[in-house]
Amino acid sequence: MELTSPENENQALPGQFYMLGAGQGYDPLLKRAFSLFRNTPDGFQILYRIQGRGTSLMRDMKAGTSVEVLGPLGRPYPEPSKKQTPLVIAGGVGLASVFSLVEKFPKQAYMLYGARSGEDLFSVTELRDAARDLLLSTDDGSLGKKGTVMDSLHELVSTHATLLNERLIMYACGPEQMLREVSQFGMAHNIQTYISFEAHMACGVGACLSCAVAVKKKKSKQKSQQDNQPVYKKVCTDGPVFDAREIAW
Amino acid sequence: MSRLDVQIGSMHLKAPVVSASGCFGYGEEYSEFIDLNRLGAVVVKGISLKPMHGNPPPRICETPCGMLNSIGLQNVGLKVFLKEKLPFLRTFDTKVIVNILGNSLKDYEKLARSLDDAGVDAIELNVSCPNVRKGGIWFGTDRKMLGKLVSAIKASLQHSVLITKLSPTVSDIGEFAQIAEDAGSDAVSLINTIPGMAIDINTRKPKIRNIIGGLSGPAIKPIALRMVHETYKSVTIPIIGMGGIMNASDALEFIIAGATAVAVGTANFINPLTTAEIIDGISNFMKQENLTALNDLTGSLHDG
Repeated sequence: MELTSPENENQALPGQFYMLGAGQGYDPLLKRAFSLFRNTPDGFQILYRIQGRGTSLMRDMKAGTSVEVLGPLGRPYPEPSKKQTPLVIAGGVGLASVFSLVEKFPKQAYMLYGARSGEDLFSVTELRDAARDLLLSTDDGSLGKKGTVMDSLHELVSTHATLLNERLIMYACGPEQMLREVSQFGMAHNIQTYISFEAHMACGVGACLSCAVAVKKKKSKQKSQQDNQPVYKKVCTDGPVFDAREIAW
Repeated sequence: MSRLDVQIGSMHLKAPVVSASGCFGYGEEYSEFIDLNRLGAVVVKGISLKPMHGNPPPRICETPCGMLNSIGLQNVGLKVFLKEKLPFLRTFDTKVIVNILGNSLKDYEKLARSLDDAGVDAIELNVSCPNVRKGGIWFGTDRKMLGKLVSAIKASLQHSVLITKLSPTVSDIGEFAQIAEDAGSDAVSLINTIPGMAIDINTRKPKIRNIIGGLSGPAIKPIALRMVHETYKSVTIPIIGMGGIMNASDALEFIIAGATAVAVGTANFINPLTTAEIIDGISNFMKQENLTALNDLTGSLHDG
């Protein structure tokens, strides 16, 4: 979906998101969070999967429909330094979050992109142009290799023997299981790894405290009333991009 | 010139619209979207003595014309609030109302004393949170406990106005409002969220981890309005009405039903400018109706 705005002065950075009102009236009530997919000259694009009532309404919207938008919000992906080689991993609609990052650093990033089936893989041609190398995978083998992005990751490091000696920086967005495995891989190989979370949120600005993600505890002098319970950060304003080492899986 | 200012006990609000606790963070979260100076008061997220981490996710789920939440009172705790959050709010020309929650009478007393010393304009006693095991709603649904708590807190305050936030899960909210009034509360605020549930039929799991959450949003407005009206008939202290207020027309309904001021909760999430738009809408309505003071509208329901 592409949106244009007369007030789009602040272009979003890769990893940031917008809150978008899907309907008119009070049902559905809340705005939904969507990652920036790509900036356009007078607006931006988002990528969405039809999942519930809100996204079904979005599918049925006619061109020219006005929608309420709040954003850009959240922390973007830290950019790779000149010495770093980006390795970008996307699962399913998680592509939305990392696509503009790959485009921003043309021919630099190794890109691994997987989905259930070939029809769930988007913008493959653009990715092929933008990435240094693109490895596709699908659960059913209908496009790219049969398997997951983790299989592609193992393949990549085995075929590029020196890759792990380069200064890699990993970026990932996708299902939680994938993020967990990418994080574990990154930490095991001492690779700087940034992951972007998806979460239900009501406000997008850090007020409602809905989008909690459990993080590792820091030693603190002040005791909490719930010392045996996890500590949470907010996906909306502390994230959605987190350093993988922070997360308490 | 119509006057929009109202009086809650000894506290003067320049506008009859405040934020609802838990729906506006500590004010700073919304300060880049809306001019906080426009609000009558900022009511901050419930504060406990020690920080609280809150409940495990998922914490919210959308329901028809509403949402369920079970945040579990995640908050920074009294110490950090006083040091890091309150000074920022003090830079604005708006009143600061602090919602407090304790596990025991002593907790509430300590919180109230410290905040009173720090000069906050009002304390909102949270005796109606449905999402924590201890304290909260337990005080708000037991007649004796409520009276005891309110009089103890009233006795520990020197300057701050005392507002008691009432639970909707009682048989007669007017009776509970009266208990709060008799025990010395300067005002009451209502309603807190209504406990509810939602289930994913495919996984047969509750849609929020805590199983039960508080329902808010336009879905609860008729219930909230009825309870404000019942409370208005039972007490003489001011009422801060809330529950599903989305626009000026909703706010005016609450005022006509008996509210002196209104609080906006869930609507902030959808449109951060809601509170300011409601103030403008009320102002326009008063001009149209040739009303000089908002107080003339409070409780003006023609029910005959």
